[in-house]
This record gives sequence, C-alpha cells and structure tokens, in this order.
Amino acid sequence: MEPNEAQESIEATEPNELIETVDIVVKIKRFDPDADSRSYWAEYTLTARPSDRVLDVMHHIKWEVDGSLAFRRSCAHGICGSDAMLINGVNRLACKVLVKDLGSKIVIEPIRGLEVKKDLIVDMDSFFESYKAVLPYMINDEAPPAAERLQSPEERARFDETTKCILCAACTTSCPVFWTNGSYIGPAAIVNAHRFIFDSRDKGTAQRLDVMNAGNGLWRCRTAYNCTEACPRDIPVTRAIEEVRRAMLFRGA
Amino acid sequence: MASPRPRTYAEAREVSSSNSELGWWVFMRISGLLLVFLVFGHLWTNNIVIDPATIDYDYVASRLAQPGVRIYDTFLLFFAMLHGVNGLRYSIEDYTKRPGRRFWYKILLYTVSAIIFVLGTMTLWAFTYQEMGDAVRAIGATQ
Repeated sequence: MEPNEAQESIEATEPNELIETVDIVVKIKRFDPDADSRSYWAEYTLTARPSDRVLDVMHHIKWEVDGSLAFRRSCAHGICGSDAMLINGVNRLACKVLVKDLGSKIVIEPIRGLEVKKDLIVDMDSFFESYKAVLPYMINDEAPPAAERLQSPEERARFDETTKCILCAACTTSCPVFWTNGSYIGPAAIVNAHRFIFDSRDKGTAQRLDVMNAGNGLWRCRTAYNCTEACPRDIPVTRAIEEVRRAMLFRGA
Repeated sequence: MASPRPRTYAEAREVSSSNSELGWWVFMRISGLLLVFLVFGHLWTNNIVIDPATIDYDYVASRLAQPGVRIYDTFLLFFAMLHGVNGLRYSIEDYTKRPGRRFWYKILLYTVSAIIFVLGTMTLWAFTYQEMGDAVRAIGATQ
C-alpha cells in the first residue's frame, strides 16, 4: 500500500462521513412563570442523527444551546414515565420516538389538561390524586396461607395488560373529557383499578367500584379511544374501561 | 350561586355519588340499539314501501288512525328524545365550565325537550285524523 492511499482511507473513516445526519427544526412551547405571562414558541435549528430519540435532541438543546429549557429528568428507557410530551400532535414518550419517524420538523408541547409549571413540566398532583383514589394496592384481609397466595396462569393473564402502566399520563392528558373537566378521574386511574379488580387475590373490588361510580368517575368516559392510541405501552385502555364498567354493572349479580 | 366547580378528583368526590350515571349508561346502550331498528323501520315504511311523493293528508291520517302506528311512533319519539337529550346533557356537562351557565343550559334543554315531547305525544294521540280530514274536505266543498 502506498502512503497516499493510507492517508485517504483514514479520511474516509472520519465520523462526519460515516454517520448520516439530518437538519431539523424543533419548535418547543415554552413558559417560564417568573418571566413570561403566557407561553410562546421557541425554535431551534440543529443537526441530528435519524436514529436519535427526541429526548437526545432535547438534551442537545439543553446542554449545548439553551440551558434554561426545562423538562423532567427521565430514565430514557420508556419505563419511568417522566417524559410524556405532546410530540407532533400525539402524546408520546420523548425517549421512545425517533427523529426519523417524525420528519425534519418536530413540534413539542407539554401534555394537555394539567397546569404547566415550566416549559414541559406540568403539575401532576391531581393526576396522582386520582390514581391514589382507586386504592392501587392489594387489599386482602384474609389470613395469608403458609407460603403464598397462589394464582393460575389464566388468572394472572386476566389483568396482564393493565400491569404494564407506567403512569406517564399520556392517556389521561389525551382525553377530551379530561381537557374540559379536570375532575374526571381519567383513564390512567381506571387502568390501575382494573389491574386489581381483576386480580383473583384481591378483595377490594367493592371499594374501588364505589370510588369510580361517583359523578366524575368511570361514567364520564365517552369512548373517544384517544387514550388507547396515546398509550406508549400499548395497553388497550378503552377496553379496560369497558371491562370495569361491566364489572360495575354486574356486581353482586 | 353554586360552589366553585371542583378541579381535582378529590374535590369532585365530595360533591357527588349515586347510581344514576350507571343507569343512564345502560339506557344509552339499549336505546341506541332499539333506535337503529326503530329509525330504519320508520325510513322503510315511509320512503321505500311507498313513494314519498304520494304522501298526502289522507294517507297520513289513515296511518295515524291505526293504534299500531301510534304505538310505534310513540316509542320512536320516547327513545329518540331521551337518547338525544341525555347526549346533549353529557355535552353540556363536559364542555360548559361555569356552574351557573351549566345549570341554565340544562334547564333550557329540559324545558324545550319537555315541550317537544308533550307536543309530539299530543299530535299522536289527541286527534282523530279521519274525522278531521273529513271536516277539512267538507269546508273545502262548501266554498
């Protein structure tokens, strides 16, 4: 090999030529309660890799362009549920959606229906209030057996889908009833009630159904299916709501 | 005036509880299913079995003289009105934010619906159409 050829091959392996990049425009709805009276759109033009997640793009902005951008720290693996955002009009996790699936323009807003604290951070208190209201823990006052409370694979499969919830609020904040009426208990709470109502080891069904039978409970659902489309964990949310309604209808029967 | 509208689930829980919403939910499912058959039956008998262009007073009068038609139409009126009014009530409760306005919208809705329901029932049951038709024709003949 001649020296010149070696020189060329080294140049060819420089990062910029191997890694494909795209120019993107990111629009973020921003709000700083100390400085702004209302939210505004901030636009950032940058270069990203098509395989970047939206979260990577936001980290790039926060770490290298504008450090004042505020969003919740997340595990970045689709499990903690802290980075649900309205991305190009759909509620999704910023850590699960890739740049190549969104095109060259990315629009990011905070999830709707909850009070914006700063930029993409919303007040989740009322969301967790509704979650707590459905008693999301096992209730069983019977004396436990010597080993464990056994459950067949079929009994476990009955509520398998609703165990996947990560409480990211993508479903509840995509619900048109929740947007207009913040006191609606919301799909996330119903999903978590479903997880225990259909658990053969749990005995708290009556208490949970009473909670959800109230004026702003389960019956406010208008079957819009937004929640099912928004769920990043692919939980069939509307079907879960329907199953809880039937449990309520036929309870005691 | 009414207390401020609850904004969290905990606040809302304190102000309401009853089984009525369960009842309405079941009613909406059953009446919706019945209305599919009632409405298409109505369309069938009035637009396909006969040519709508041939419908005149005598035809309507002779139909409404039959008790079966009256009972059918009463069912149609009853279910269509209750189903529709309840759907509007849902919309008002979902989309009207101020409690005062919500109250008056519902009062207006219920009043108008009650008037329509009473008028509809009267139209179906309070007249003997054959005799009225004869009377109208008799007046026409004397002029």
